[in-house]
Amino acid sequence: MSINGKPKFAMYWAASCGGCEIAVLNTHEKILDIDTNFEVVFWPIAMDAKYNDVKAMEDKSILLTLFNGGIRNTENEEVANLLRRKSQILVAFGSCASEGCIPGLANLSSLSDIFNASYQSASTVNPDNVAPKTSVSVPEGEIHIPAMFPALRPLDQVVSVDYYMPGCPPESHQISRVIDLVIKVISKEADLPPIGSVIGAGESTVCDECPRHRDVKTIKQFVRVQDIDKINADLCLLEQGIPCNGPASRSGCGALCPKSGAQCIGCYGPAEGVLDFGARMITALASVIESNEPSEIERILEGIPDPVGQFYRFNLANSLLRTGTAAWRNNASLKE
Amino acid sequence: MSDAFEPIIIGFTCNWCSYRAADLAGTARVKYPANIRLIRLMCSGRIDPTFVLKAFASGADGVLITGCHPGECHYIEQNYKALRRYLLLKRSLTQLGIEAGRVKLVWASAAEGVRLADEITKMVEQVKTLGPLNWPKWEGFFDDEIHSLVEIPEEVSA
Repeated sequence: MSINGKPKFAMYWAASCGGCEIAVLNTHEKILDIDTNFEVVFWPIAMDAKYNDVKAMEDKSILLTLFNGGIRNTENEEVANLLRRKSQILVAFGSCASEGCIPGLANLSSLSDIFNASYQSASTVNPDNVAPKTSVSVPEGEIHIPAMFPALRPLDQVVSVDYYMPGCPPESHQISRVIDLVIKVISKEADLPPIGSVIGAGESTVCDECPRHRDVKTIKQFVRVQDIDKINADLCLLEQGIPCNGPASRSGCGALCPKSGAQCIGCYGPAEGVLDFGARMITALASVIESNEPSEIERILEGIPDPVGQFYRFNLANSLLRTGTAAWRNNASLKE
Repeated sequence: MSDAFEPIIIGFTCNWCSYRAADLAGTARVKYPANIRLIRLMCSGRIDPTFVLKAFASGADGVLITGCHPGECHYIEQNYKALRRYLLLKRSLTQLGIEAGRVKLVWASAAEGVRLADEITKMVEQVKTLGPLNWPKWEGFFDDEIHSLVEIPEEVSA
């Protein structure tokens, strides 16, 4: 408990885009409830604080930490361990922290390929071949920057996590609900859900929330949503040949994308009971393909040119395999 | 002692055709390599791609999926569903860097004990050529292997 008697709150971003912080700010006046009920002790995007300030705190002195972003480098890992020690409740907040999200797609490539793409490829003007080094000597002494790991890991592959809050980013109304719940818990009006629960989301699939009409129709061709002249406003997108990730995705967003005519991309992660998002999607898509002929099925599958991008856009790092082979095979070559 | 690579292959069989083919191979004393671990399911349509991914993640070097011949499924058409899943799964695995040769679909009727044994032998040979998959066990992977590869200043790792 802090001097003013309020429980402490922290929020941190590791390998992420910052959208989760925006989503928290998007709760509008609810943000005042956080300020009323909590003392914000550490939130790099919103206030000035140093890692040393956190290190100086007593263990378990922060009541609630929302951790967004995956673990991509040694700094991310260090802060994850630090905040785990200092926090009573650690929430993997958003898709990156809970399942790797878009940064997790880099697990398809080797670290050297990633560095080459960033510093050597045609899209980069780098005539002096500048590349980051983990340590460099300057007149004042040796300085270090964090080293990249060969793969991105979601938070729970590094430290134990109490709750998961999915979404890229989590919907603001869901964040508000969770804030309300925590405030009720503080005033002993409610109990916390069981440890390990997914909070701020539903348990079913996006299809369950989707108002589109489902038939038993099967398809002969997959199409991209931008290639269709006119999308049927009422019919299931999958049955129109648009690869939609609704059947495997967790509900909670209110089926925002399918409602507005865009396919679900699966940002709320796997639904309850789905062990591997991609496997569930493979099963779902295999059911709508109308053909029993291997050659014709292959032709139809040409309509999904990037299966891993389609099926694992948000949770490659949390899938059964976690990475492609490039991320770990021959990683002795990482050593310069 | 020979330290030749002996792959572990997980074979999914269906209750009505391919498992009986394997059974027939057994009663007829037809030999096939012991590298394959057969798992019986009621139907090839029961094979969730999750099973295959889990097999690879748990250390299998190859996965053989078997079922009744097209048109002969005990459950009318579930083997077609297995076929479509298999083709899509194979594309995904290739993209993840798992060679297409590590997963194979074979149809075998209850009378085709010899053919199934033959297919198993071919599959084992194929995976032997590809070599071990060695999917990481992950636990401790980053701690031991990776921390030794990247230079971490003491202050950070403390």
